[in-house]
Amino acid sequence: MSVVLPGAALPQSTPDPVTPRHVPHHGGEANPSVDGLRVQFGPAIGRHDVMWGETTVWVDVTRIREVMLWLRDDPEQQYDYLVDVTAVEHRDLDLPLEMVWHVRSLPYRRFLRLKATLDKNAALEVASIEPVYKAANWLEREVFDMFGVHFTGHSDLRRILMWETYAEGHPLRKDFPLRGRFSRSEQLSQALAANPEARYSMEELSVADAFHELPADMRARLAASVRTGET
Amino acid sequence: MGLTPATSPSSVTYDPPSQDGWVTTRLEFLVNWARANSLWPMPFGTACCAIEFMATAASRFDLARFGMERMSFSPRQADVLICAGRVPFKLAPVIRRIYQQMPQPKWVISMGACASTGGMFDNYAVVQGIDTIIPVDVYVPGCPPRPEALIYGIMMLQEKVKQQRSIANQQQYDEMTIDPTSKLYIPPSRIDELSEPFGNSVHQTRSAP
Repeated sequence: MSVVLPGAALPQSTPDPVTPRHVPHHGGEANPSVDGLRVQFGPAIGRHDVMWGETTVWVDVTRIREVMLWLRDDPEQQYDYLVDVTAVEHRDLDLPLEMVWHVRSLPYRRFLRLKATLDKNAALEVASIEPVYKAANWLEREVFDMFGVHFTGHSDLRRILMWETYAEGHPLRKDFPLRGRFSRSEQLSQALAANPEARYSMEELSVADAFHELPADMRARLAASVRTGET
Repeated sequence: MGLTPATSPSSVTYDPPSQDGWVTTRLEFLVNWARANSLWPMPFGTACCAIEFMATAASRFDLARFGMERMSFSPRQADVLICAGRVPFKLAPVIRRIYQQMPQPKWVISMGACASTGGMFDNYAVVQGIDTIIPVDVYVPGCPPRPEALIYGIMMLQEKVKQQRSIANQQQYDEMTIDPTSKLYIPPSRIDELSEPFGNSVHQTRSAP
């Protein structure tokens, strides 16, 4: 890996970036990557929108991994930093769920927001972009935990914020009641039944390096990836 | 004992030099005095209350005046668990285990609105008061409480410690577990039928485990 300096791909004559002022709410200059995307992917790219100087482009959800790979690897784009993966469910229940990806190109000093719509009546499935950006691992787990979107091709798709045996659903969905589905006593008894030490895999505990110094019983348990106390 | 009968039967005279090296008191008083003035806190800080707790421990408010300057980050050497901040359900088994690991006698201060009642976080993720998990001795209100408030709570706890009676009675330290075979046992579903919801949540029921 080489060090990427911000703005390294821009011409030498480019002035240093300054805090933008008087940015229009709507409109203004779109991110030049949108034109590149249209040339490369044609009908897979939908409309685009510029708000407060940031460009949002709608893409076909079935081709998101190709789009991401191209954005990362094309020398004219070099989006090397995945900022965020999230989703939006609108209050109007007829509107589809939206997936959102934020990417940033350090060498070109560009920010791009990609959105894709997911039909809520079908299975919520999106191709995982973890093969493109490793950072997507936890971000997609969070989207899965909070919205129930399944990412195909994800290496370890399980809950990350709520515990793994959480049975009440996906909390950020609009049909999820704010206080959860179960009574408080049921929630508490389920939470207390969990073993606090059993939630973490070996990698998460960073004990993999010290594996051979662990007690024998713990070694056996970890080698079998047994998680005590949880079913 | 240094006390000599005075000429008047209603008074005694007192001769300090002859009392050197002697103190008479009740054993309970002595033990409680020692305990109350050396409470080692186990800080369980999860949110902004922990910042106020740190301020309380720092030099301006100086918890050392109460013999509490030694934060015991190991529950096995702690006397008082100070829960500062909201406790999500994911931390519920953690705080219960920490409480169980503390040796008797032990006390709990619930610091702030969130630890005491769930505060404004009346949602799917936050425990509605740590007293649904562990017994609490002193509730300190505030969001977050100022250091003075926490110190006041600590002084209230000291009063409680000093009033403890019959230290020889070890039975008072026995931790009772729920016994479903007992005649006094009421199942949670029955408790919910009989009792009204309380606290700031209409979902908060009395039958918390």
